Amino acid sequence: MNQGSKKTIKTLCFAVLGMFTFSFALVPLYNVFCEVTGLNGKIELRATNDKNIEIDNGRDVSIQFVSHNNEEMPWAFKPSEDNIQIKTGKYHTATFYVKNTTNKRMVAQAIPSVAPSNAAAHLKKLECFCFEQQELAPGEEALLPVRLIFDDELPSSINSVVLSYTIFDVTDYNDVEFSQHHNDDHHAGHEMEPSI
Amino acid sequence: MSAVIESHNHDDHHHGPAKGLTRWLYTTNHKDIGTLYLWFSFAMFLIGGAMAMVIRAELFQPGMQIVEPEFYNQMLTLHGLIMVFGAVMPAFVGLANWLVPMMVGAPDMALPRMNNLSFWILPFAFFILLSSLFMEGGAPNFGWTFYAPLSTTYAPPSVTFFIFAVHIMGASSIMGSINVIVTIMNMRAPGMTLMKMPLFVWSWLITAYLLIAVMPVLAGAVTMMLMDIHFGTSFFNAAGGGDPVLFQHIFWFFGHPEVYIMILPAFGIASHIIETFSRKQLFGYASMVWAMASIAILSFVVWAHHMFTVGLPLAAELFFMWATMLIAVPTGVKVFNWVTTMFKGSITYETPMLFAIAFVVLFTIGGFSGLMLAITPADFQYHDTYFVVAHFHYVLVPGSIFSIMAAVYYWIPKWTGNMYDERLGKLHFWLSFIGVNVTFFPQHWIGLAGMPRRIPDYALQFADWNMISSVGAFLFGASQILFLFIVLKTVMGGKKATPEVWEGSRGLEWTVESPAPYHTFTTPPKVN
Repeated sequence: MNQGSKKTIKTLCFAVLGMFTFSFALVPLYNVFCEVTGLNGKIELRATNDKNIEIDNGRDVSIQFVSHNNEEMPWAFKPSEDNIQIKTGKYHTATFYVKNTTNKRMVAQAIPSVAPSNAAAHLKKLECFCFEQQELAPGEEALLPVRLIFDDELPSSINSVVLSYTIFDVTDYNDVEFSQHHNDDHHAGHEMEPSI
Repeated sequence: MSAVIESHNHDDHHHGPAKGLTRWLYTTNHKDIGTLYLWFSFAMFLIGGAMAMVIRAELFQPGMQIVEPEFYNQMLTLHGLIMVFGAVMPAFVGLANWLVPMMVGAPDMALPRMNNLSFWILPFAFFILLSSLFMEGGAPNFGWTFYAPLSTTYAPPSVTFFIFAVHIMGASSIMGSINVIVTIMNMRAPGMTLMKMPLFVWSWLITAYLLIAVMPVLAGAVTMMLMDIHFGTSFFNAAGGGDPVLFQHIFWFFGHPEVYIMILPAFGIASHIIETFSRKQLFGYASMVWAMASIAILSFVVWAHHMFTVGLPLAAELFFMWATMLIAVPTGVKVFNWVTTMFKGSITYETPMLFAIAFVVLFTIGGFSGLMLAITPADFQYHDTYFVVAHFHYVLVPGSIFSIMAAVYYWIPKWTGNMYDERLGKLHFWLSFIGVNVTFFPQHWIGLAGMPRRIPDYALQFADWNMISSVGAFLFGASQILFLFIVLKTVMGGKKATPEVWEGSRGLEWTVESPAPYHTFTTPPKVN
């Protein structure tokens, strides 16, 4: 085999390895891209520190709250109000009712999503139950608050925004404390349960 | 040792293939490996086709008739995977093995042992994939696009076997592509510059680069699935901070170039056949090369047109719409060149030419429905309907598969030394042509009327066209048995073929005897 062939083979092998690596690099690239542009309805999971966000003469925006349970998450989870009118530049507190309907201690994580997605960058939160995990004893219920505000740069075409939360079961079933009832109702699908 | 000594006693001119089964197991000859690829692909075509028959039998009438919905989903998934990875891709690799070295005047592929390996791992991949049918929970049932979380959280346990099968297929394709590129870049006969290469060689050079670029991404996607399923990661699981939409981005970043991998070699084949039977030089050789290169490059920036309905921002939808429509320009150049080549040519309509003309016409219809799908607002209506099914079957069946059949009829006299039965070949063409149109054309209408894809049952108003579609599918399926018969008959015997086979044939492969000797161009030919 001649020198040229060896060089071509080497280059191509590097290209293959490079593209395999690139496929994994797409994961952080995608997240950075979504975060920077606010696409995909992803919003930051931390409190805003913008002091100048409050204004007096904001415009009316309607906000709808939606709740979902992921897969077989058994908790009761729903917004206290389905639909409210708020003004941009004014803080508002909404609450979600949650109840652990099982007879075991469980931990949950709520993940927010905003539609339309270009409203996501303008929806800021001072406080949210989604910033941390929720742990509830059997039968325990709670009213979870979210304190939110729309900044004034919300595109004028948007008059109505949907804020949706999906609640996930993130109980660590390997933990001794939780493992009592676990074996009876555990099935293969739970193997991929993440630990956040 | 004695074998080595013996082989020295042979006259080099009579050095033929080894005898028996081990000839095929150990072979490093590009012609043998090409034959293996082509037969393997034919077997997969019949298996995947049988699955399509199950699908069309179930859809013959509304209501659940023959199979359970779960099994229907498995048939649907395996049909797609087998046809894409088992039938179309290996067929093109087989053609590349047979033809590329002869067309560039090389004695063999650059890496003959790797060539053997890249073929022989394929049967294992498909054995693993098909064996999942007999596993608990059944075969993969999530569609050939295997969107997460359907293919992770909700998948049957056999998904792990599917993942390994895809890994093996990917490894095989990557090795095959490396082989093709190294052969073309380094082993061309003296005087054959890049812009003198036959178009089939050009089309495969570009295809091989596409494969090198995207098969590793597919491997990455299934590896992430594997990790999500077994190692507790959350690439595609929102609960752990992942994102199912990310799966679609990664999959289609592979998937869109993949659909061009399945059509570019067809462009090369059609160019050769139309040129030969029009008895004219191909119109616009250089523009053909540039058109293929542009299509390949554009294929990397259009992937999200498969995902218009996932909630992309307006700017992205517009970008992907326009980028997609831009592909119509180089594709239009190619169709224009084929038609212009035929214009005022002394055309005869042998079977390869019939398939090639049908390819141009029907592929163009598939291209037009692709343009309709590219219009973002309209796509919201068409998305996941039978219109999409009709579109991609028009570009894949009378596109890729007709081109493969055309290639088989065109080059089989060179491979076997015998002419095929022209009367039977034409019969096969007309049965396939009618079958394919009766099957897939009505699917445009039921799709526009709102019939969703991937559903084993449907509303009553779709009943008539579904029945017609099924009848067409049975006709098309049955006519492939005739194809098998024609090929076998040609292998067994027939009218002896001359070296040039066709009156207007051009290219180095027509300068050697028919059948092509086991070793060709051991001394490179001179190309002017």
